[in-house]
Amino acid sequence: MAELSFTQGTLDRARLLRLSQEYGVYAGVVVLLLFNFVFTANFASAENFRTQAVQVAPVLIVALGMALAIGTEGVDLSVGSVMALSTSLLSLYLGYGPWVATLIALVGGALIGVANGALVAFVGVQPIVATLALMVAARGLALVLLPQLKDVRDPGMAALGSGDVLGVPYLVLIAAALALLVAFAVRRTTFGRQLLAIGDSRPAARLAGLPVRRVLVVVYVCSGVLAAVAGVLATARLTASDPTSLGTLMELSAITAVVVGGTPLSGGRVRIGGTVAGAVLIQLLTTTLVKHDLPPSWTQIAQAVVIVGAVYAARERGKR
Amino acid sequence: MLTVTGLCKTFPGVRALSDVDFTARAGEVHALVGENGAGKSTLIKVLTGVYQPDAGELAYDGSPVRFATPLAAQQAGISTIYQEVNLVPLMSVARNLFLGREPRGRLGLIDFRRMHREARETLRGLGVEVDVRRPLRELGVGTQQMVALARAVAVDARVVVMDEPTSSLEPREVRTLFGVIRTLRDRGIAVVYVSHRMDELYEICDAVTVLRDGRVVHTGQLAGLERLKLVSLMLGREVGEVRAEGLTKFSGTHDAAAQPVLEATGLTVRHQLAGVSLSLRPGEVVGLGGLLGSGRSETAKAVAGALPLDDGGVVVAGVPVRPGSTAAAIRAGISLLPEDRKSEGIVPGLSVRENIALAALPGLSRFGLVDDARIDRIVDTFMKRLRIKAAGPHQKVGELSGGNQQKVLLARWLALHPKVLLLDEPTRGIDVGAKAEVQALVDELADDGLAVLLISSDPEELIEGSDRVIVLKDGAVVRELTGDEVTEDGLLRAIAAEPGRPAEPTRLAPPAATPTAAPASPPAAGPAETSAGDSDG
Repeated sequence: MAELSFTQGTLDRARLLRLSQEYGVYAGVVVLLLFNFVFTANFASAENFRTQAVQVAPVLIVALGMALAIGTEGVDLSVGSVMALSTSLLSLYLGYGPWVATLIALVGGALIGVANGALVAFVGVQPIVATLALMVAARGLALVLLPQLKDVRDPGMAALGSGDVLGVPYLVLIAAALALLVAFAVRRTTFGRQLLAIGDSRPAARLAGLPVRRVLVVVYVCSGVLAAVAGVLATARLTASDPTSLGTLMELSAITAVVVGGTPLSGGRVRIGGTVAGAVLIQLLTTTLVKHDLPPSWTQIAQAVVIVGAVYAARERGKR
Repeated sequence: MLTVTGLCKTFPGVRALSDVDFTARAGEVHALVGENGAGKSTLIKVLTGVYQPDAGELAYDGSPVRFATPLAAQQAGISTIYQEVNLVPLMSVARNLFLGREPRGRLGLIDFRRMHREARETLRGLGVEVDVRRPLRELGVGTQQMVALARAVAVDARVVVMDEPTSSLEPREVRTLFGVIRTLRDRGIAVVYVSHRMDELYEICDAVTVLRDGRVVHTGQLAGLERLKLVSLMLGREVGEVRAEGLTKFSGTHDAAAQPVLEATGLTVRHQLAGVSLSLRPGEVVGLGGLLGSGRSETAKAVAGALPLDDGGVVVAGVPVRPGSTAAAIRAGISLLPEDRKSEGIVPGLSVRENIALAALPGLSRFGLVDDARIDRIVDTFMKRLRIKAAGPHQKVGELSGGNQQKVLLARWLALHPKVLLLDEPTRGIDVGAKAEVQALVDELADDGLAVLLISSDPEELIEGSDRVIVLKDGAVVRELTGDEVTEDGLLRAIAAEPGRPAEPTRLAPPAATPTAAPASPPAAGPAETSAGDSDG
């Protein structure tokens, strides 16, 4: 009898764990929202939500690309520097109009992605090393192109940074559209399926004749372009190009969002919904602590707790 | 010197060793042989303290011992030399030799001059002349192995265990190694030598112990033991044994068309294959026989574009296939069911459905978008046809039994409508029922006009399943059995044949009379990493 109840207990525990892995991040977002509705003054206002969403948008966009890279059992550390490079390119070519400048910024991000992907797929460098090299290189390039902070005075960019449709800022709309696009690519395209297979078992994918190298290059190009988009949007919001500080530590925020969202670092699985929720969770956590006048060091500790919790859950999943 | 009695070791679900007795005597080279899964490596790991035995006695120098860790075994004087040299590649030869016991001068600093002199002398004693100040990695693999050996001897080893030491050596290096082994033997050191190469065993070893399925099936002096007898002991088949009919689900022969659909000529991969040629006709099952490490899996991989070729080529239906690309081989109609199902076959985290559709995806999608309805139809067809037992198409493949995983892989390839199917150990590690189903399926596919290459370490399966058998040894074709010669007897004789004196002249004799070397195990990933294809629909 005792044995029976014991197995019952472990079963429930396993189920609980699985549920917390699948939906934990969403539950966390809901809990934080409820907490703030009740305890935080001026939280439930449209203005506040707009601010929160605008702040989270760049992180979220970068995290989408990061999720793809992590899905192939890789990582892209160069994203923060790519944001800096894109802001440099943007303000350098703004004379040709905002569209051309944006396009050039995105091409810059894509080229960094090609370099990352080539190093990983063709040369066989470990992703963490390859993208670390490009992280240093892209930041350096950004500073060569634009040595110091420069104001961006362009009506188009200003509109992009602060305009809205029916109260929803452009930034948020763009982030949402990109999230849907990436989720669709992961679920419904051959590229998405091949990406997951490569992340889960590289030798099997290769023997099954999948274009492993091409998929890897495309993944890093996606990550580079998404980071460049985030860089352009951040520039538009700040109405300034600051290649020294824009995007610093962004790679870590993005990895945090992806991991907290339940995408395992061991590859083979990409959770876009979870990644979005992960980014929102971190943002809400920071806001909550700030609004309750806790020192910034507390925010970092709280983030650390969330990350450890997510990694613990992922570890249990790996063991099954 | 080192004796084990009644040794038992069980892993979850597997009895790796049961009641094994083994004695390594001083001044004797003792061969330890057996096929995959016979328990050789488990025995070695027990001897060297990596594993603890479940039952049985370990006696060293006459007194019972227990090695809790590999370090304890090393300190007691048991050295192991693995296939992969476990030294520090960036340090100099001398530093590697004296790692952890460097000669000290005044002030406790390393006395480099003395270290270099002694290193030079130690190596010269083994017949190796190198600059001991050079980093180890600049040396050839053979010389590195020699340094490992020298280190083993220098730390006063009394038992040296060598696990397939020649698998990556050139013939010249093998000569030097054998010289060193003889020196060790003459110094009264007990050598345990693991290898699959008959010729080497007979050249260097004094005694032999044969393991099969975790038991000792033979032990004794090697001289006087016939090669044929040794092979039959390893494979567990008696020469001249009356063949029980119908033990496998293979039916008789197939009508093979005259024109070969696949022709591979002179496949050469350094250290692995030395000019293997073979041809497959539609509707024919060709067996690929040979001992472990003879190049069976490598041949299949080379044909399927998963190994970069140094020489040779593959032609399918008259059209040459771009070498070194699995995608190109698949486009040409070659499908490979790999030997290592778990790491190279299935994608464990994806569902049955995704696994089956994986290779055929480009053909099952439009503009890069997956056509789910068509995939569902194909998956449904194959799950029924191959009787794949799963909770449903969305169950993860990693959760299925081995037999069902194998069927999922077969379905993945059949969905591509291949012309040639290469099956590497298709029934290994799957239960009896699924085994019979897979065997029957292979027959059915050949009847449907597929050309099948069947690799199996089970002589019975190979003989009953194949219309012809090509026998490999050390990475080269030594014999082709056709018609009445396709018997277990013939297979054993072909495998045991001495070099330079094949039982009969072979039709597909390779250009090189003496093959260079063959590997012990297929490379897990290595160079293959660079040969991903670039095709998509």
